[in-house]
Amino acid sequence: MSTTSGLVGRIADADLTYVLAMLAGVYALYLAAGLALGFDARGLLNSVAVVTFYVAVFAMLALALNLHWGYTGLFNIGVVGFMAVGIYTMALVSKPVLGSGGSAAQVGGLGLPIWVGMIAGMAAAALLGLVVALPALRLRADYLAIVTIAMSEIVRFTLLSRTFQSFGLFGRTVGLGGGSGLILDFQSPLAALVGTLGLEGAYAGLVGLVGTVVAQNPRAVVDQFVYGLLLLVFVAGFYWLLKRAGESPFGRVLKAIREDEQVAGALGKDTDRFKIKSFMLGCALMGLVGVLWFMPQGAITPNTYRPRLTFFVWIALIIGGAGSNTGSVLGGGVFAALLFQGPLYFKNLVDRAVDISNAPGSFGPAVAPLLGAGDPVPFLLYTVDSVRQLQLVLMGVVLIVLMHRRPEGLLGHREETAATVPLTRRVAGEDDEPESQATAADGGQR
Amino acid sequence: MSEGVEERATTGALGADGPADLAAEPLRVDGLEKQFGGITAVDGATFGVERGTLTGLIGPNGAGKSTTFNLVTGVHRPDAGQVTFAGEDITGMDPHRIARKGLVRTFQIARELGGMTVMENMMLAPQRQSGEALWRSVTPGLRPRVRREESDLVEQVWDTLDFFDIEHLAEEEAGGLSGGQRKLLELARALLTDPDVLLLDEPFAGVNPTLERRLLDQIHALRERGYTFLLVEHDMDLIMEQCEHVIVMHQGRILTQGSPAEVRSNEAVVEAYLGGEV
Ligand SMILES: Nc1ncnc2c1ncn2[C@@H]1O[C@H](COP(=O)(O)OP(=O)(O)OP(=O)(O)O)[C@@H](O)[C@H]1O
Ligand SMILES: [Mg+2]
Repeated sequence: MSTTSGLVGRIADADLTYVLAMLAGVYALYLAAGLALGFDARGLLNSVAVVTFYVAVFAMLALALNLHWGYTGLFNIGVVGFMAVGIYTMALVSKPVLGSGGSAAQVGGLGLPIWVGMIAGMAAAALLGLVVALPALRLRADYLAIVTIAMSEIVRFTLLSRTFQSFGLFGRTVGLGGGSGLILDFQSPLAALVGTLGLEGAYAGLVGLVGTVVAQNPRAVVDQFVYGLLLLVFVAGFYWLLKRAGESPFGRVLKAIREDEQVAGALGKDTDRFKIKSFMLGCALMGLVGVLWFMPQGAITPNTYRPRLTFFVWIALIIGGAGSNTGSVLGGGVFAALLFQGPLYFKNLVDRAVDISNAPGSFGPAVAPLLGAGDPVPFLLYTVDSVRQLQLVLMGVVLIVLMHRRPEGLLGHREETAATVPLTRRVAGEDDEPESQATAADGGQR
Repeated sequence: MSEGVEERATTGALGADGPADLAAEPLRVDGLEKQFGGITAVDGATFGVERGTLTGLIGPNGAGKSTTFNLVTGVHRPDAGQVTFAGEDITGMDPHRIARKGLVRTFQIARELGGMTVMENMMLAPQRQSGEALWRSVTPGLRPRVRREESDLVEQVWDTLDFFDIEHLAEEEAGGLSGGQRKLLELARALLTDPDVLLLDEPFAGVNPTLERRLLDQIHALRERGYTFLLVEHDMDLIMEQCEHVIVMHQGRILTQGSPAEVRSNEAVVEAYLGGEV
């Protein structure tokens, strides 16, 4: 009885509806923009695939950060450092051994399977989290902030340094590649997965099918699309894990730590242990997102991992509302679609409507006509042309407006109750009571 | 009806498995000292709390009562002296370990967990919850056991809320409670940890008299079953009426201790604290 009604309840869940509505909205917007831009089928598929990718990675990052900040009150502003450690460790483990293939890579890896690299990347990020957390967690909350952002920059400088450009490990020549980065010359992760599942035939069929609408190189489009969908599956996994972790006695203690650590201690909770667990789990997940994001990119360079990426994740979390897992997914999606990818699309859209190739090249010529002759067109063109640079300004404006209008995030003040069961009173005279008490009695033996 | 509720709360929710079999004097404090900068907050406090008693700790503002609680429960580390609980030296131990041993305190200024509901606040308190281990709460095969445990706790918690007359607030955020309601929540939460010895720092401040009586009745009922209470309170009549034993602090020192009658007749106390009232 409870399984079927529970399943229906879960499917009809308002939270899932929110997430699906967000996705539908994003797709509608991007398809509309694509059509307005006159994209062909390939362009449309591509734009949807790309936005899916970013929606997924930012949703996952916001979820992981929500565990730290929303649940435990841990002020981590070094998110990008854990991502970098994740993907670099993965590269180190899974890149082919130097000289084994025809690759132009300067350094090799250990040549282990991709999934081993992914696990190693998560483990390394979690370990780094432990190292960072041990001294800082016992101090005041703001120290953790300082330590984490410093750590993320130290990670980047380490990746840049010539010292670790190439070194020996288990008799192999491996390395971090220094400033020029690493070529990710392992097998395409998607191909590896399809191969492992024995789905090559089906996949080729899909590529052929898409080939009927996309003439040139349909495989690239399909790859990108399928990878985006795969990431959505990972989002579901993150959500599942963090929802269960949050809606449990474990999550309850985390919330208590966020509210008043001393009270949690006075109630017998070993707050340091809980903080370390929460921090390491979140870091491992950030490491995994680092892997998932950059693994298919072909190459990685240290300067991708600048603090601005961390702040993007914070903006996503604030949009969604810290404390709510569903809010985090929504925040990640909205951020990725509107603030991260949106401005570029908007520029292209305007570009198509009005030719902005003759936009002024600098600020002076842009404002002079506005002040002189009252002609706003050069200024507007200039603004649209510099949209990439203005993106950060836009994000700042959105943040300020949100703080004023909706400080609790998209869903308003919303938190999932931290318990595995509804905390409502059981209806008097419900007949399963004796049974549940009996089971509890033997479960209670410790 | 309130009779029935009280009965249930007394027998079911609180102290279901009875206090641990402690020594005659579960809590002992010897030569405790604590300085904050130039201020000596506690200056050689020595006293014991007997099992199954309601002991009062009184003294003027700033006498060092709350600081003594902080030293006993590990919030502050004493500069000198020793705290013994159930025969074990717990001086300087982490607060959560002390709480787990069955020595639990409430705070003078109620510290509700404001961003959590009253129900979540209460559900936090019970000790040894298996779902506090992350893996048990997350792993599919193990979660059902956590759920069973939690459903039973939910019932216990509701009974306790009934008893404290705050059941109508169960779903509210604790941050929105009134001052008196916060004190009730704090006391209810502390009782749900099922402690053997409970240190209460002015638990009745702002609580209405009817409820105060019921809480005192409850405290006495638990005391008779072997639970031990140390109570800081400024209401002299209450202390003299309710406590078997009274400890008087003044400027960080123990001025005197004994039965209410003995304390009342002590001239130093009358002078330092009670004034001309008695
Ligand atoms: N954390 C602290 N830092 C500095 N001084 C403190 C601290 N805690 C207490 N004190 C000082 O120690 C002295 C004793 O304070 P305490 O709170 O123990 O008094 P009390 O007996 O509980 O008073 P009241 O009846 O007003 O609650 C006071 O002078 C107070 O200023
Ligand atoms: Mg005090």
